[in-house]
Amino acid sequence: MNFDLTEERQMLQDTLRRFLAEAQGDVWSGLAELGVIAALFSEEQGGFGGAGFDLALVFEELGRADLSLPLIDAVLVPGRLLAGLGEDVSGLMDGTERLALAHTEANGRYDLEWVETRADGDRLSGEKSAVIAASTADRLIVSARHSGAPDDTAGIGLWLVDPDAPGLTRRSYALAQGGEAADISLSDTPGTRLTEEGFDALADTMAAGLLAQTAETLGAMETALTMTQDYLGTRKQFGRPIGSFQALSHRMVDLMVAQEQARSAVILAAAHLDHPAEERDRVLSAAKNILGRTGQLVAEETIQLHGGIGMTDEYALSRFAKRIVMADHRFGDTDHHMERFIALGL
Amino acid sequence: MDLTLSTEMQAFRDEVCAFLAAELPPELAEKGRRHQSLDKRDYEFWHAKLNDRGWLAPNWPKRFGGAEWDAVQRTIFEDECAMAHAPRVVPFGLSMLGPVLHKFGSEAQQNHWLPRILDGSDWWCQGYSEPGAGSDLAALKTAAARDGEHYVVNGQKTWTTLGQHANMIFCLVRTDPAAKKQEGISFLLIDMDTPGVEVRPITLIDGGAEVNEVWFTDVRVPVENLVGQENAGWTYAKYLLTHERTNIAGVGFSRAGLAAVKRIATRARQRGRPLIENPHFAARVAQVEMDLMAMATTNLRIVSRAAAGQAPGVESSLLKIKGTQIRQEITDLARRAAGPHALPFASEAVEGSNEPLPDPLEAGAVAASYFNNRKLSIFGGSNEIQREIYAKHLMKGAS
Ligand SMILES: Cc1cc2nc3c(=O)[nH]c(=O)nc-3n(C[C@H](O)[C@H](O)[C@H](O)COP(=O)(O)OP(=O)(O)OC[C@H]3O[C@@H](n4cnc5c(N)ncnc54)[C@H](O)[C@@H]3O)c2cc1C
Repeated sequence: MNFDLTEERQMLQDTLRRFLAEAQGDVWSGLAELGVIAALFSEEQGGFGGAGFDLALVFEELGRADLSLPLIDAVLVPGRLLAGLGEDVSGLMDGTERLALAHTEANGRYDLEWVETRADGDRLSGEKSAVIAASTADRLIVSARHSGAPDDTAGIGLWLVDPDAPGLTRRSYALAQGGEAADISLSDTPGTRLTEEGFDALADTMAAGLLAQTAETLGAMETALTMTQDYLGTRKQFGRPIGSFQALSHRMVDLMVAQEQARSAVILAAAHLDHPAEERDRVLSAAKNILGRTGQLVAEETIQLHGGIGMTDEYALSRFAKRIVMADHRFGDTDHHMERFIALGL
Repeated sequence: MDLTLSTEMQAFRDEVCAFLAAELPPELAEKGRRHQSLDKRDYEFWHAKLNDRGWLAPNWPKRFGGAEWDAVQRTIFEDECAMAHAPRVVPFGLSMLGPVLHKFGSEAQQNHWLPRILDGSDWWCQGYSEPGAGSDLAALKTAAARDGEHYVVNGQKTWTTLGQHANMIFCLVRTDPAAKKQEGISFLLIDMDTPGVEVRPITLIDGGAEVNEVWFTDVRVPVENLVGQENAGWTYAKYLLTHERTNIAGVGFSRAGLAAVKRIATRARQRGRPLIENPHFAARVAQVEMDLMAMATTNLRIVSRAAAGQAPGVESSLLKIKGTQIRQEITDLARRAAGPHALPFASEAVEGSNEPLPDPLEAGAVAASYFNNRKLSIFGGSNEIQREIYAKHLMKGAS
């Protein structure tokens, strides 16, 4: 057994951490130049990574930084979906293109198979909600149903759609965790069909997205905890550092316990990304559930241990806390994954 | 033991409900229900309505224009108002400064300031906390130096809630820099229009602008604005804090919040069925509801012991801890219930966000409210400080 990163991954981690610590201006092309985007794709897909541990390391670093980049939604998820279907993703890899996957719908909650948007031949009609990175997308991948009930896994096709196509409207809004999303409405909108049956490809892609989301949350937890540890050492009340109050220092230790649980859950998930779906999903559900629980604890407690300053928009902790908590609203929340874990067999 | 309300109290509750039904405009209640921030005139409107009815100052003695209700009556009133999503009564003049002036103010101060609180001439804010003096309030540094018939005030207050609307601030200031910490503090009333007072907004985690920094540079305050004795302010400050802690359990807010959770979870769909039918989610709701049932009774047990016009004692720390835990759990449930629909984020800080957000569940700003309500366990004496207070009381023998 060996829990160390390979030499290449260690190098990527060091470079990325240094880059993000000083990142200014066009972070996106900087990431592409460093090969960070290529690290999210396998060699067959034109990248040089793509394994669970590559994803985990990249997104953990992004999570640690005080940035809100939609790399999961504009690159990883749509890119792996397209590449998995044999499409060329070189534009994503060199940072010149961005995409978005328009899949989730208002009644779908966190269930991947729930698609009410209809496909009539290659013309699509319906409503997609909370499509992250939609307003910067050069192309959209849209899921729609050509047959079956809204909760069937069969009958879901995928189409490439031009955001300026007739009948398509986007309504954008801000997200609590930073960045933006849009509700997209399609009315007899033409698309180019990628596949007739896209559910399995969607499931594989969402597995990668989920892993990336847990790693990003872990990174954000690390920064929130480091900030809190520092603050407990420097903030003085009653003539001494507040970290000297056992009521606070013991809670800090509980948070470190939570962080280690979260880290192990992410490592397990990364190791299982390319396993058969059932095996993989059980471990991924465990990770998402654990990150949901430990993340909430860390977000709430780090604010509390800071007192009022932790509540301010100006102080970075509030941004990390929002990213950590809102991550539970993506790729299935704590309860969704509790149920999926049970459904996959106790 | 008899847990039923007396017929008198039941009649009182009906009267409150009838008043709310008749006087609270639905648009105003809707703002509250959706966690939208209220304008200054929303508060002023509601204060005026309550004042017309004689209900603006439930805890004040009748001779000062109050209703002089006992704690049970106040609890009924506050709970019904919260459940109806009425605007909160801004507490700084009514629940905080008022009682201090009743007890420690001069007759001239009482005659001048108290009617102005009731009729809305003055909007007060609370200038206690400073950057270096939060939990350790007695570490405050804002200084007031006597200069003839004035004090000259220099320093900074922070976290001043709704200070942007206020024209008056009551402050704890240091009048004797040589004295020990708690001594040397005075209680001063400051007109915020005086030259040298500057209010700067602080944006909070939810994007809202409810708190401020207030800076004082050579601000001249007439000596008649000193409350009580110079250097005795700590006594008044502590007295005020016991009144700040009434209605600390926030039972009405929890009831309203729980009803909202159920409404959202009834509208939200999971695989075509209402989320509330999901046993896992239902169990979360049920657990909070059970806790709230018990806590509401704890609240009544404790407040009914306090005599009319008085605040409960050290037990209020227990109410603060459990009450805020439950309120925070409920805001957490509302966010969970909304699921992916909690992602759109309304923020006063986001430019051009006048267009209403998509909200198919009519859940309102649940994520913003969840983050905003982290404050409940921080302000008004943090929950750690409440534990300290109660632990000191419990562990007298151990020190
Ligand atoms: C939204 C909001 C509105 C507010 N409105 C007002 C207002 O209108 N007027 C006003 O004067 N103030 C107001 N406050 C200030 C509030 O009273 C303080 O935030 C509070 O007293 C905590 O102080 P602090 O923020 O400096 O945190 P600190 O005192 O620095 O506390 C940091 C952490 O240390 C803990 N801690 C401190 N001492 C101990 C101890 N001895 N043992 C164990 N733990 C300890 C605290 O509980 C907290 O977790 C407001 C605050 C907020 C967040």
